[in-house]
Amino acid sequence: MEQPELIIHLFRTEYRKIVAVLCKRFGFDQIETAEDIAADTFVTAAQTWPMRGIPPNPVAWLYNVAKNKARNHLQRETVFNEKVGPELIHTSSGLYEQDIDLSPQNINDSQLQMMFAICHPSIPAEAQIGLSLRILCGFGIDEIAAAFLSNKDTINKRLFRAKEKLRGGKVRIELPGAAELDERLDPVLRTIYLLFNEGYYSVSQNQVLRKELCFEAIRLCYMLIDNRETNKPTVNALLALMLFHASRFEARTGKNRELVLYDDQDTSLWDTDLISRGSYFFHCAASGDTLSKYHLEAGIAYWNTQKTDSIEKWESVLQLYNQLLAIEYSPVAALNRTYALSKTRGKEQAIMEAEQLTLENYTFYFILLGDLYTGIDTEMARKNLLKALSITKNTPDKEAIRRKIDLL
Amino acid sequence: MDQKFTKMDEYALIMRHEDGTKIASPEQMQIWMKQTMDWIGDIAAKNKFVSGTGLLFDGAKVVGHGGVVTDGPFGEIKETIGGLIVVKADSVEEAIEFAKGCPVLQGEGNTMEVRRIAKNDGTH
Repeated sequence: MEQPELIIHLFRTEYRKIVAVLCKRFGFDQIETAEDIAADTFVTAAQTWPMRGIPPNPVAWLYNVAKNKARNHLQRETVFNEKVGPELIHTSSGLYEQDIDLSPQNINDSQLQMMFAICHPSIPAEAQIGLSLRILCGFGIDEIAAAFLSNKDTINKRLFRAKEKLRGGKVRIELPGAAELDERLDPVLRTIYLLFNEGYYSVSQNQVLRKELCFEAIRLCYMLIDNRETNKPTVNALLALMLFHASRFEARTGKNRELVLYDDQDTSLWDTDLISRGSYFFHCAASGDTLSKYHLEAGIAYWNTQKTDSIEKWESVLQLYNQLLAIEYSPVAALNRTYALSKTRGKEQAIMEAEQLTLENYTFYFILLGDLYTGIDTEMARKNLLKALSITKNTPDKEAIRRKIDLL
Repeated sequence: MDQKFTKMDEYALIMRHEDGTKIASPEQMQIWMKQTMDWIGDIAAKNKFVSGTGLLFDGAKVVGHGGVVTDGPFGEIKETIGGLIVVKADSVEEAIEFAKGCPVLQGEGNTMEVRRIAKNDGTH
């Protein structure tokens, strides 16, 4: 790695760890201070490394600088407290003598605890994802704005409000107790899931960024599995689901970055390593007595990694969609169920079902209808594909649809 | 006097910032590092680089007349020194050319100060 590139790489991997540890140490009240100290540590590196050369152990160097900056901060604060409120001396003196603990164990614990704090039910899902990207994944405001197709100001305001809310609600940075763990785990898993979907289904054309979002979600989920308390079957199901999906990441987009639908994917591009890792966690998910939507979706995703087109495969997928829709209806799941239906009951039946769905502004609804009508009613196929063409905004997808129309 | 200047002298190129406290994005830091390293590399390739050091802004203090210590230099003084490198140069003009290449100058209001270093051997 070239030296200047190193700083970006380290920012990506270490910034979030420093923030988590410092924030855990200072409390949510001082989250901005924690972020400032972490960012400032990198500024110091950028300032001194070109002059003196990169230190032999850059990570240790960063941790040392961050520790010193944090100690100075605590010291200043203590002095301030002693001057302003002498009664605080007993509680605050000696605080800064405690070391800032940047051991791997404390880094992991702090990040995990931050995850629960950020995914506190008191703040909206959007803000949870934004804060997770910023604080747990070390994303810049620009990148978050790009991921959400939004602008810096909006994102800054959203993050600011979310932090205020967490401060106001006196949210503590700690793992919830066993009694409420499952309940608190829900929004954490949902955030990871949405983060993944943001990368997997995003309309953003930035491939690299999208992939990174997916792998950050996977990384956060791994952290939950690494901890004995949070290593629950649902968490394993979610990880399996994401790994199965991620295995088809390369196959899902064509040369021109257009979306390649399942049937047309080059199966040699599927990542078999991710599939086998997914299978392992899917197996781990099979303990316990809850069947979550992640289990069902992981089941569907598992079948989607099986290349052979068998009745058993599509019948299983159909049943899984039936159960999934019963737990939680979503238009996309309903649409995908229709696809499974066409494979098991034939196109006519699927068309009947599909036309009962009302997904007016969804490109893939009309593409699917177009595909289903292909070979049955060319006029209807053309009509639906033209409709899809009129809705979609992205050029590569438009071209892919035009090719389908030409083939009719 | 002028004759002595033609001998290789050492110059300190001092980077003066208007505001050193701005937090940069990782991308900006990467660019800054690359530019600084290329700048130093260009000088070193001519075998004219002696040493360099960055000066940290945090925890900076200003000690004033009568021993008054303030956090600084920001607030009190508008400009501060962000770092310096020492180069060898045949003339002050050459040292100026080196200074012109410093990425610090991309920041509006920032300046480079070029100072010949006293030799302490009686020749200056």
